[in-house]
This record gives sequence, C-alpha cells and structure tokens, in this order.
Amino acid sequence: MGPADIDRALDTIADGLVEAASGRPLALVGIRTGGVPLAERLARRVADRTGEAPPVGVLDITLYRDDVFGGLEQPVVGPTDIAFPIGERVLGLVDDVLYTGRTVRAALDELMDFGRPTRVLLAVLVDRGGRELPIQPDLVGATAVAEPGESVEVRLKETHGEDAVVVMGGGEEGAR
Amino acid sequence: MTTDGPALRNVLGIEDLERYDIESILDSASAFREIMGRHIKKVPTLRGRLVVNLFFEPSTRTRTSFEIAGKMLSADVVNFSASASSLGKGETLLDTARSIEAMHPDVVVVRSASAGVPWMLAKALGAAVVNAGDGAHEHPSQALLDAFTLRERWRSLDERTIAIVGDITHSRVAGSGIRCFSKLGAKVRVCGPPTMIPPGIGKLGRVTVHHQVEDALRGADAVMMLRIQRERLTEPLFPTDREYSRRFGLSPARAELLARDGLILHPGPLNRGVEIDPAVADGPRSVILHQVENGVAVRMALLYLTAGGTRAEVARAATA
Repeated sequence: MGPADIDRALDTIADGLVEAASGRPLALVGIRTGGVPLAERLARRVADRTGEAPPVGVLDITLYRDDVFGGLEQPVVGPTDIAFPIGERVLGLVDDVLYTGRTVRAALDELMDFGRPTRVLLAVLVDRGGRELPIQPDLVGATAVAEPGESVEVRLKETHGEDAVVVMGGGEEGAR
Repeated sequence: MTTDGPALRNVLGIEDLERYDIESILDSASAFREIMGRHIKKVPTLRGRLVVNLFFEPSTRTRTSFEIAGKMLSADVVNFSASASSLGKGETLLDTARSIEAMHPDVVVVRSASAGVPWMLAKALGAAVVNAGDGAHEHPSQALLDAFTLRERWRSLDERTIAIVGDITHSRVAGSGIRCFSKLGAKVRVCGPPTMIPPGIGKLGRVTVHHQVEDALRGADAVMMLRIQRERLTEPLFPTDREYSRRFGLSPARAELLARDGLILHPGPLNRGVEIDPAVADGPRSVILHQVENGVAVRMALLYLTAGGTRAEVARAATA
C-alpha cells in the first residue's frame, strides 16, 4: 500500500465511524504505538465530516497483556492517556494491524477499567488474518495476505517519515 | 531500545545500580503514576504473583506504600512482621527467610535494622529481593522516589544542587539519596552537627560537607530535611531539640536562602518545630506529599521490574 491507498483507507474508516456514531458523541482511542497517529488522522477526517473533532486518547496495553512476562517480545510499559470520560460515547478503538486479536482483548479489558462506552468499534488499517481469539474488526482499511513468519509493518509519516504498508519476512521485502 | 530478560534481578542498594538502571526505573514509574489517577486503580499485571513484605523492623509508611503498590498491580501481598513472628522465639533471620521462601513468593521486600541483610537474603533466596531499608545503610526506594519527585519538576537532575540537612550518620535515606542524586549528575551538600556527619562521606558521591546550615541552603535547588533518628542513638549527639532547631531547623527565613523555586523534601515522619517549621512544611515550596504519592508509583515499578517486566526506556522516548 502506498500513501494514496492509505488516504483512501482512512477516508473509508472515517465514513464508517461517522455513520456508526449517527450523531452520538464519538471518541477515538489509539493503541500505542501504531494506532496513535492513525487515531489522530482519523479525528481530523471526522472533524472534516461533522465539524467537530472527537477527543483522542492513547492506550498502552502492556500491563494487560496475556504474555506480559512470557512473551517472545519483551513488553515495555508506557503511559496510557485518556483525558476524557469514555462512558456514554461511541468509541473507535484504532490500531494499525490486526493479527492474533490478543492486543485487542487486552485493550478492551483496559478500556472497561476506564468506564462503560455505549459502543466500541474496532478500526484497523490492515487486517492480516491469523486470529487466535474470536475478535473481528468493524472497520478495515485493507486486508493483507501474510504467512505466520512474515510481519506486516505500517510505516507512517509521523513515525517513519513515509506512508506505506509493507510485508516483510525471510529477508525479502515487498510492498503489496 | 530494549534489553532481554528480567530488567532487575533484585533491588538491593543504589550502590549496585548504574545511572541507566536508575533512569529506567524512573521512566517505568511515570507509566505507573498514571494508574493512580484512574477511577479503577488496578491493573492485572502481577495477577497470581505473591509479594511478601518481610519486616524485621517496625514500619508503617514504607510497608503500606509497598502493599498498595503490589495491590494496584493485582499481586497478592502478605505482611510478615518480625515482632509478631518466630524471631522473638530465637529463630535465625535466615531460617525465617527460608520458611517464607517455602511459601513460594515471587518478590520479598525486606526491612531490617542491620545493614547488609538484603544482600544476604538475595544470595540465599530464589525470589527477587527488594531492600526497604537496611540499618543506616541504604533505602533505595526512598532515594528513587525523591529523584522521581525532583525529576518531575526539573526533567533532569544534572548539575542541580541538593542539600541534605540532619543526622547524616544514622540516615539510610541520606546514604541512598547521596548515591542516587550523584549518579544522576547532581551535586550534594550535606549539613549537620559534626557528630552527625560520618567520616568518608565523600566516597558516596559528589558531596561537600557544611556545618552552617545557611551555607548548605544558599542557592541550592532543593533541600531534604531529615528527622533525628532517636531510635538509632545510644547517646545524645546534640544538647536539646530547641538548640538543634535553632542551629539546623528549616525556618521560613532560611527557606528563602534556596534558589528561586527551590524545593523542600522530607522523607517523613516529620517532627514539626524541630527540623522543619510547620509553615515551611505546608508552604508552596514543599513537595512532601508528592513524595508520598510518587513512592507508590516507584514501588510499583520496582515490583514490576523485579517480577520480570522490561525497562521502560522507550516509554520516555514515546512520550517526549
């Protein structure tokens, strides 16, 4: 995926968020780290459509992980920052890539400790399949085909200096 | 950048920690600080982990702070105080510790009246050991929460001047504080009656010794006032409380000698009217209650890191 594909994907997701909220108060929460710049971009797109920018929060799920001490990749704890009450809102939970579903499980557990949203919508830029838990996205930018050994990397201007989605693995690298 | 494996095997003393270790603990504590402000002040991270507070010396605030820290992380926390245990019945300290170990704790938080006990237990036990104060030697979690509180205001301790006033000889808070502040790049001035400044204090860090409190306070960015450790004194080291207060107490006038925005710390418990004037303790420069609050966050970080969590160097980069 290139910059234009990512723009289109975010437009589709923003349309979906506005439609699902149907006039009710909306808020976005990005899962650290990849979901955070995406949530901010989506907030601007929602503002373009409704005239009102939804508040954006940051969720760090490290302390809620099911493999916090046993995982292959050692988790690093960072701050969660949700400065608005999430109760009585339609909440867009935003991440860059949806894979096993374990991150989303942890994110939902953490969100519930902050309040009781009217509805939570899962919005992801890329769904790469390979689910290990019964979790499905509500809004998807694109689907990618990736083998278990490969990784899907979302590169964003804010963090990587460019907009691209790349499937990497086995020493090969190719944008799809 | 992250490192592999448990970040900290034990937390015994600041003397064993590098600047990098100290900063990673403080970075992690920032993340835990946020949890304390939530409506539901609990995360599931240490669910199923057992923390034992093994206290061979009476303590209320440090023990409570570790207990709250453990509970906010969902650990099971058990308090074992020696006064109510077999130590009084002649059991050795090591036997007591071994019988605690047989109950499979993941982290043992130890407080003792003798220096070195946490190091001995760390060798003998499989569980991680966190020092909650050993004699007049070290009190690492106190120094870390002090550094956290100062860093919250200053971002960095580099080239700041911190005065520590009181009974330096008998204070483990001073011992760990001097080591910690020096490792973080600060300059430390110690001040007290000559009978309360130990020889060789300069070996602990970047320290200068002062006997006039005004000299120690003038232009300093922060001062930590210490309580007289009556329980550790076998003979009086100064004539009267009134005399001590007159020569070394922090009065409103003396507090004005600090740098503009100079901060006032105290590890507690406070002896109002002796080492610190009530007007100063409750004044705008005082960060004493912030220290207590930050203590829980720092202890959460210590429990998390010794139980296997990874350093949070990235956390700071991500929020900067």
